[in-house]
Amino acid sequence: MTAQAEARRDPTRGVGPSGARAEPPIPASAGVGLKPAHYRDILEARPPVGWFEVHPENYMGAGGPPHRYLEAVRERYPLSLHGVGLSIGGAQPLDTAHLERLAALVRRYQPGLFSEHLAWSTHTTGFLNDLLPLPYNESTLAHVARHVSQVQECLGRTMLLENPATYLRFQDSSIAETEFLEELASRTGCGLLLDVNNAYVSAVNHGFDAADYLDRFPMEFVQEIHVAGHVRRLDDLDQPLLIDSHDTPVPDPVWILLERALKQCGPQPVLVEWDSDIPEWAVLMGQAERAQHTLERCHPAAYRHHANAC
Amino acid sequence: MPTLAETQARFVAALRNRDTAPLPLVLGRDGEIPALRFDVYRNNVHVSLVNAIAAAYPTVERLVGPDFFRGMARVFVGEALPQTPVLLDYGAGFPAFIERFSPASTLPYLADVARIDWAWHRAYHAAEGQSLTPRDLSAVPAEHLGGARFTLHPSVQALASPWPSLSIWRTNRHDDEVRSVNLRAGGEETLVSRPGHEVGVWHLPNGGSRFLHRLLAGETLSDAAGATGAEFDLVTTLQTLLTSGAIAHYRF
Repeated sequence: MTAQAEARRDPTRGVGPSGARAEPPIPASAGVGLKPAHYRDILEARPPVGWFEVHPENYMGAGGPPHRYLEAVRERYPLSLHGVGLSIGGAQPLDTAHLERLAALVRRYQPGLFSEHLAWSTHTTGFLNDLLPLPYNESTLAHVARHVSQVQECLGRTMLLENPATYLRFQDSSIAETEFLEELASRTGCGLLLDVNNAYVSAVNHGFDAADYLDRFPMEFVQEIHVAGHVRRLDDLDQPLLIDSHDTPVPDPVWILLERALKQCGPQPVLVEWDSDIPEWAVLMGQAERAQHTLERCHPAAYRHHANAC
Repeated sequence: MPTLAETQARFVAALRNRDTAPLPLVLGRDGEIPALRFDVYRNNVHVSLVNAIAAAYPTVERLVGPDFFRGMARVFVGEALPQTPVLLDYGAGFPAFIERFSPASTLPYLADVARIDWAWHRAYHAAEGQSLTPRDLSAVPAEHLGGARFTLHPSVQALASPWPSLSIWRTNRHDDEVRSVNLRAGGEETLVSRPGHEVGVWHLPNGGSRFLHRLLAGETLSDAAGATGAEFDLVTTLQTLLTSGAIAHYRF
């Protein structure tokens, strides 16, 4: 194990490429996606959550209550920015105005981590507001790697890239997704965000084994994990079609995959995502507690000190 | 093999137009025609953008009901995608769209009600700024006041409507049971401002929005007031501006 990987396994030290910087790193504990409906609950009760994550695009207004609340949360908790608008897999050049807006938010909030998706969302006709899939081949690999490097250069830090949930595959894909991500991380120095719900959704949709996907995933680059809920439908041929909806509790198969992943990549920050039909805070807190228990069960030695201190 | 740009152009054409198939680019699980799978992406794009419009126009949604609203917003989304990933800025053109959306023509005030929603939304996200209190302004000798020029709080917006749009907006926004509003009551003018943490909406005397736009253009108080006509109620307008925290600075 490298010294860097060793350091990441110590949950009290935190993780991420920014460990040596002034901003508090994201600890290897359970975090929650921050939603406006919970601002007051969080600021009044100060729940024992390790960290929060937001979509930076929601904080790109000039001022007003969103920034006031985010600053208050940021004073009390480590913060991660998880972008949904860069369109890193887009054929067209990255939107430099958007990159500049991101850089300004990074300067303002000094997040412990910045992550984005292996997907595209912008076309010459406009912004489509969905994480659209990409063919995986040598040509797209070189293209996405250039974009990742450009983002890292502009932000002055390394970023994490997340595996997508997909419903279709491309005829001209010739590289496995896990291999594609591994190659991107090797070429650009970026880290990876492993979304185990996305892995499960894609596995069911394309008929492969999610555990096998995890076994092939380049765990040495993982610096954050996401869990979330999905809904189950049937496609035209009555095959199961899972939709990455983020509007339910994390289902059991995803918790099981989380355990498998954690055993492979060591203690990592684990985020509970819930983005629509947002429940009351207590429900999300319960999901975060379950994620924390999963971390502690998988790595009892790493959390023994922490548990004694409580 | 198509280029990435060609693949994405074809994908987008199929997303935006149901008659355009994404084939032969994409495959489902066993290489079948993945119509329902492609529909997940179509649905994600359009539902999420309709939701973004609904978030900015809650009063319009309540006024027309969710089914009509979503149908109307879906047509708008079909015409105009966001031009940046910042969805807070998406939907500025919705009131003008409502004006020419013929199924809504029986509600001629709807676009102006939508303009108040949009002003509220913009004020919520506007930059921070100072607000003068009545006491700050009382330091100015009355005989000098006419020569003062004002800088307004960044959140301030003023709207004029030939309909009682503010009364319609208020009852649909705030009342548990919507009150009926007399449409022949005449036009109303509206001031939107966010002096501290909360957006507020005030009624302005007739001519108030014209007066405010002239102040914004840098005219002195007396020039701005002079341009609005003899019946303009300057005292009430100034009181409203101070109450709403709309004035940030004055200078001579």
